[in-house]
Amino acid sequence: MNLVFRLAWRNLWRQPRRTWLTVGAIMFSNMLLVFMISLQFGMYGLMIDNTLQAFTGHLQIQAPGYIDDQKMRQTVDNVVPLATELRDYFDSDNIAARATAFALVSSEERSYGTAVIGTEPAFERNVSTLPGLVTQGRYLGEQDAAEIVIGAALARNLRVALGDELTLIGSGRDGSFAAAVVNIVGVFESGLVDFDRSITEIPLGFFQDVFYMDGSGHYIVINLPLIDDVPVVQEQVEALLPAGEDLVVHDWDALQPGLKQAIKADMSSAFFMYGILVILVAFSVLNTQLMSVLERTHEFGIVLSLGLTPGRLGRLVLLETAILGVLGLLFGALLGALFTYWFSVNGFSYPGMEEMTAKFNLPARFYPQVSVLSLLIGPAVVFIFTILAAVYPALRLRKLHPVEAMRAV
Amino acid sequence: MHMFVVLARLAWRNLWRNHRRTLIMLAAITLGVWAMIFMTALMRGMVSQMIADGISALPGHVQVHHPDYRDDPSIANLIPRSDTELSARFVDAGFVKWSSRVRVPAVITSEYESRGVTLLGIDPDSERDLTFVDYDAVEGRFLSASDDSGVVIGKKLAATLNTEIGKRVVLMSQDPDNDIADRGFRVIGLFEANVQSFEENYLFAGKATVQKMLRIGDQVSEFVVLGEDYRDVDAEFEKVLQLVDGNVEVKRWFELDPYLGTMLGVMDGFVLVWIVVIFLALSFGLVNTLVMAVFERVREIGLMLALGMKPINILGQIIIESLLLLAIGLALGSALAWATVQPIKDGIDVSIVSEGMDMWGMSSVLYPELLLSDVVLANVVVLVLGFLASLSPAWRASRYEPIEAITKV
Repeated sequence: MNLVFRLAWRNLWRQPRRTWLTVGAIMFSNMLLVFMISLQFGMYGLMIDNTLQAFTGHLQIQAPGYIDDQKMRQTVDNVVPLATELRDYFDSDNIAARATAFALVSSEERSYGTAVIGTEPAFERNVSTLPGLVTQGRYLGEQDAAEIVIGAALARNLRVALGDELTLIGSGRDGSFAAAVVNIVGVFESGLVDFDRSITEIPLGFFQDVFYMDGSGHYIVINLPLIDDVPVVQEQVEALLPAGEDLVVHDWDALQPGLKQAIKADMSSAFFMYGILVILVAFSVLNTQLMSVLERTHEFGIVLSLGLTPGRLGRLVLLETAILGVLGLLFGALLGALFTYWFSVNGFSYPGMEEMTAKFNLPARFYPQVSVLSLLIGPAVVFIFTILAAVYPALRLRKLHPVEAMRAV
Repeated sequence: MHMFVVLARLAWRNLWRNHRRTLIMLAAITLGVWAMIFMTALMRGMVSQMIADGISALPGHVQVHHPDYRDDPSIANLIPRSDTELSARFVDAGFVKWSSRVRVPAVITSEYESRGVTLLGIDPDSERDLTFVDYDAVEGRFLSASDDSGVVIGKKLAATLNTEIGKRVVLMSQDPDNDIADRGFRVIGLFEANVQSFEENYLFAGKATVQKMLRIGDQVSEFVVLGEDYRDVDAEFEKVLQLVDGNVEVKRWFELDPYLGTMLGVMDGFVLVWIVVIFLALSFGLVNTLVMAVFERVREIGLMLALGMKPINILGQIIIESLLLLAIGLALGSALAWATVQPIKDGIDVSIVSEGMDMWGMSSVLYPELLLSDVVLANVVVLVLGFLASLSPAWRASRYEPIEAITKV
């Protein structure tokens, strides 16, 4: 073993309590960081997945401007053939066309304004969780059937049940009056009352007839198995779009700009907290190292007069700190990983979290995931700050004068 | 008492024997306390804003509805009493900020588009203090009277509908017999709201006009009362309970929107967790400092014991030393927090992540809110836990055997 290392190691254990307390501070913050960051990453991942899989998908093909205005006239022509072509090309069923309109939905007793969405019944299941949420009856079947699936809250408000008829009144693509009578074949329940009240779905073919769409729709949703594939697939899709037609491909970030920003906003407040924690630990280390340097003034004076350079002494102090840091890192990351692992099995919850998380399509319990990144990112930063904290004590050594230092008690 | 003065003076002098160590520790405590209070102020501000926005969307701290209205916010569930008669009672009861309104789902149609919206039939005079719309900032003009024949819509909605001030729009809803009730309105004003979805979902029309259009005579959907402070609305709640009779439901805001209600509770819990976590990070350094301070004074403590000082006084001296350190840190930290909150009291612009903040239900300007109770909480927690943390080193110091301690090198 290297001599300097052995010296540093022994120096540390001259004051075991102080060393443990310092390591403890580093450990504590590392543990907390590992847990919090794992939790955060897990939450963000879920937030993105759940929001996108619920309805939006990873990519959408739309007419330019539709993303902002969502006007009836901003259509994708021949939407079903295009979707079929894409499905064949990518050999994937996770691609489906949709069209959207607003309509007044009326039963015998009541009327509500809702969004009416035309979907491809055979493929919608792969790009949205809604078909899976149907609790009564079934999801849509035939492309041209006069069928509708509505939310449980809307069904309750409209005082209707499976098999009843509803009237849709709205305006078609050309602004003309559009109306239809449809049969309720399914009722879904998402758990979000507002969502259940504001969305209804009918088959796309039927939609095109009712709203005079002339074979067009409003967008095609593409769902990918991995979110990291989005940029590559986006380019492929852009290349495939029929020439001469004015269409754009938007990725999920453009479709749900709130999502990344919500994560960003949450991240920045979290990072502020982490920053404070790390700085507090750095202070703790600074204090310890400064003390240990000051109390060794006499001894340092001797070794300096024996010919050791201040630079080497400085390195000794830095090495001591590095050992402290590594100990804290190892124990902290290990304990943090164990701690996180326990929660990844048993789930993490907080009083009142259920109401809050439901708003973001999240479950009431979180299962944080331990990953190399979440395990190392926090402790690595702490380590860097630990070393930085030792720079001042190490530099002080340069000012040490051997004779004076030896006189110090 | 005399003893205490002596001990306090001893502790104070001891503190400054190693001023570097004390200063570092002070810096750490100050930073920690600053972070506790500053962060809490930011979070409080966020939550307050969120609740304020949330309440302005509801709006009102205490609300009166038909018992079925909340599940089925339609024309069928109006308050079964005359608006004029109930209003008179609210005036007599001395309420200042209250309003009654018709609030039903409707479909708005321009020449180009239709959208589902919430139609608010209001009396502009009584609504002024309650709504999220600033009358004077409205482009065009706001409603002038309850029988104003115009409609005020959000800027975002106007853009989607392709309409503007002076243009006509048609509102469709249902009357109590489920016949379609529709009426043409001229757009007289466009409002901006700090939560984007308000601009898309709400539109204002005169109460009398809406009552006529919906053929509901003198009835309304809700009565709302705004109290002084959203944290304490029980007085208003009791008063309203006395006023109303018959088949109605009186609810407070946190019952109407459980998300907001739990948010407040979660926040209180979170503030405490945050303070304790920061304290723990600090405590390692604090204990370390004390242990060191005791350790380097072993001989001196032994001498004092040998001279007849009681162990309890040694204990007291160390604890006073620790509390002095904490008290100075707390004072500095609290002052610093106050000083940093002052310049940003008028709001920090976080609009770069506005859509994300929207998603969390927050607006894009953040107003930190420094609550005395939070400052007190931070100070008390730090002092109490600091006292507990210093017990062990102090106890150890008081248990030294005089002879052994004096002879220790």
